[in-house]
Amino acid sequence: MDGHATAVAGLADVSDLTPYIRSEPDGERSLNMLVDGMHCAGCQNRIEKRLRQMPGVVVGRVNLTARRLALRWKPEDVRAEAIRDAVEALGFRLVPYDPEKLSSANEETRRALLRAMAVAGFAAANIMLLSVAVWAGKVQDMDPTTRSLMHWLSALIAIPAVAYAGRPFFRSALTALKARALNMDVPISLAVLLAMGVSLVETIQEAPDVYFDSATALLFFLLIGRFLEQTARGRARSAVEHLLALNATAVMVLCDDGVRRTLAPEAIGPGMRVFVPVGGRVPVDGCVVEGTSDIDTSLITGESVPRMASPGSRIYAGAMNLSGALTVEVAAAGQDTLLAEIARLLEAAEQRRARYVEIAARIVRIYAPAVHILSAATFLYWFLLGGAGWQTALLYAVAVLIVTCPCALALAVPVVQVVAANRLFRKGVLVKSGSALERLATVDAIVFDKTGTVTVGQPDLVRDGAWTDSDLRAAAGLAASSLHPLARALAAAVPDVHPADGVEEVPGHGLLLKTPEGEVRLGRGGWAGGAPSGSAALELWFARPGQPAIRFEMTDRLRPDAAETIRALIARGFSVELLSGDRAAAVAPVATALGIERWRADCTPADKIARLEALTVEGRRPCMVGDGLNDAPALAAAMASISPSTAADISQTAADVVFQGDDLAPVVETIRVARMANRLVRQNFALAFGYNSITIPIAMAGLVTPLIAAVAMSTSSLVVIGNALRLGWQTRR
Amino acid sequence: MSGLLYLIPIALFLGGLGLAAFLWALKTRQFEDLDGAANRILFDDDDDLPQPRDEKRKS
Repeated sequence: MDGHATAVAGLADVSDLTPYIRSEPDGERSLNMLVDGMHCAGCQNRIEKRLRQMPGVVVGRVNLTARRLALRWKPEDVRAEAIRDAVEALGFRLVPYDPEKLSSANEETRRALLRAMAVAGFAAANIMLLSVAVWAGKVQDMDPTTRSLMHWLSALIAIPAVAYAGRPFFRSALTALKARALNMDVPISLAVLLAMGVSLVETIQEAPDVYFDSATALLFFLLIGRFLEQTARGRARSAVEHLLALNATAVMVLCDDGVRRTLAPEAIGPGMRVFVPVGGRVPVDGCVVEGTSDIDTSLITGESVPRMASPGSRIYAGAMNLSGALTVEVAAAGQDTLLAEIARLLEAAEQRRARYVEIAARIVRIYAPAVHILSAATFLYWFLLGGAGWQTALLYAVAVLIVTCPCALALAVPVVQVVAANRLFRKGVLVKSGSALERLATVDAIVFDKTGTVTVGQPDLVRDGAWTDSDLRAAAGLAASSLHPLARALAAAVPDVHPADGVEEVPGHGLLLKTPEGEVRLGRGGWAGGAPSGSAALELWFARPGQPAIRFEMTDRLRPDAAETIRALIARGFSVELLSGDRAAAVAPVATALGIERWRADCTPADKIARLEALTVEGRRPCMVGDGLNDAPALAAAMASISPSTAADISQTAADVVFQGDDLAPVVETIRVARMANRLVRQNFALAFGYNSITIPIAMAGLVTPLIAAVAMSTSSLVVIGNALRLGWQTRR
Repeated sequence: MSGLLYLIPIALFLGGLGLAAFLWALKTRQFEDLDGAANRILFDDDDDLPQPRDEKRKS
């Protein structure tokens, strides 16, 4: 849908960099920007080389992974705008951003987990070395003093390591306990702490068996799982934030003293007057106070034809201003704005979805109490009935806790999610939440939005024989100077067109060229000599003096593979529907072309939610695919949701999955990968439970030694990880 | 067995060195841009050379 938006990005970008520039203590200035259009190391090199040549630029360093540019310069030698223009001249688009707003908390957690993982890994490896010596010593008669030395050394490494690396688990377990709930971190913390405590007592008493190796290795494995989980989420989230930030531009405000000032979007309040240039996106909800223009609201309502805006019209954030500059008064907060209405629906829908419980969480509900009961039973049995001392009984109970420790839950599920998300990431599909794939795997009905989702959201000229090539050439000459999507479609049909000189744009009507013979007009039916048609028709009339008016008809082109994708979905047994906010006359042909039998037009956001709920009542699990602001609540209400990356910001935020590119095929691929991932997760649980059904009885019988515990734990982890990795291998073939 | 008395400290010291190196790398943000850093080594630093190459590249 943003085809024309990106095409005119240069025009739309009126942003002033001032709100984002920071003064450094040494008098230099710094600025962070997102770089759009950078793909490879060559781009990185070109940007950095260009910046090195500029006098006054102190630091100009590109981060290729995050597609960001860090700048530092001397304000007396060069201006920020000059630096930006130099880089943009190379063919990249730069958008300033506030680094503190872009997922810094997430990044901090990730680094803390990585540090904990490094410490746990170091401790586990070194203690394992010492343990191997002890195990070998059992066969080769190691004397008790040496063994004791090994145990003390292990304790010395393990205690600080566990105290440091175990914190993420201890903290989460404490939080859960305070809320009188059990999560998986409770048995994990208990297992680690009990194993450490018992081992320390055993060490002091110079007993033969200690579990320092198991405790640290357990932490190490679990931290790997945590880290992967965090990374996968953070990566997709920051990619989406990146996309959103690229859309946001500074807002030009008209102050009372008549001065235009550029402010960051957050600084805008009700009552302010905002200037919207031609080609700019309307940044706020409000009322037009000055100017007349055509505005493209396809992102908001799904209507494919622009409508007219004049003083008094309400316009909504996200609309594209096409033909005349507008001054807009920002609507008062709390007023019944469209955005407020959508936000309310969205919130309600999200609460409903929050009831979904992830499979891992469902299993934990049974698993965590079971682990506690089993190990308590082991302790009680050996202490009361088995005649063992309390220490031995406790040792057996700890062995049960260690062998039952939930590697499949804590490690295998995140690994599957990471591998699946990475596989999709390479194809331009961003998975935003951990449970998204799980929910997508259960979907059996798919509901599409029309404009911008199954269609490209841009009109395309129909060659219906009503005009000749020379007519088209003449009309395209006028059209070339307009931003109106219909005019752009006309101009695009003649790639080598020469824009005519002296073309005037008459906002709300069309384009006008005064020639000696008379006026040449290109625009709406009534104005350009054609039959006055509904304002929503996808057509342009072309009137020349002394000639009958000609009609150019356009259609909103389907995505190239839309029909194929929908056929594939139907063939796989999905029920497919089309819900659109557009008119029936526009929706029907699209539905026919795609082979969709069930479709509805003129849907409001609430209608879309109602339809999704009706589907749910029928026992279906619907997936919503949509892009408009009007789709956002439906995206949040559906079992799972997918948005194209050209969607409105709020829709991308609401959707589980965002896909990039012109094709619709990622929808099929995403669901396919989600189902594969789901199968692997279930296999992993089966493997883990199978393993537990063998090891738990052995542990309860008191037959598990530290060696067996360590081997069993590592192999079960490796098996589930190996199984998860199969998902990645299949792509490479 | 007396070999243990210096072998174990050496092993721990070397392991600790690795850990310290990793933590240092993390702290100084060496892992911030894995793709970019891998390529940066391949760029020519031809700042001190005359610049005919740039002209060529533009054409």
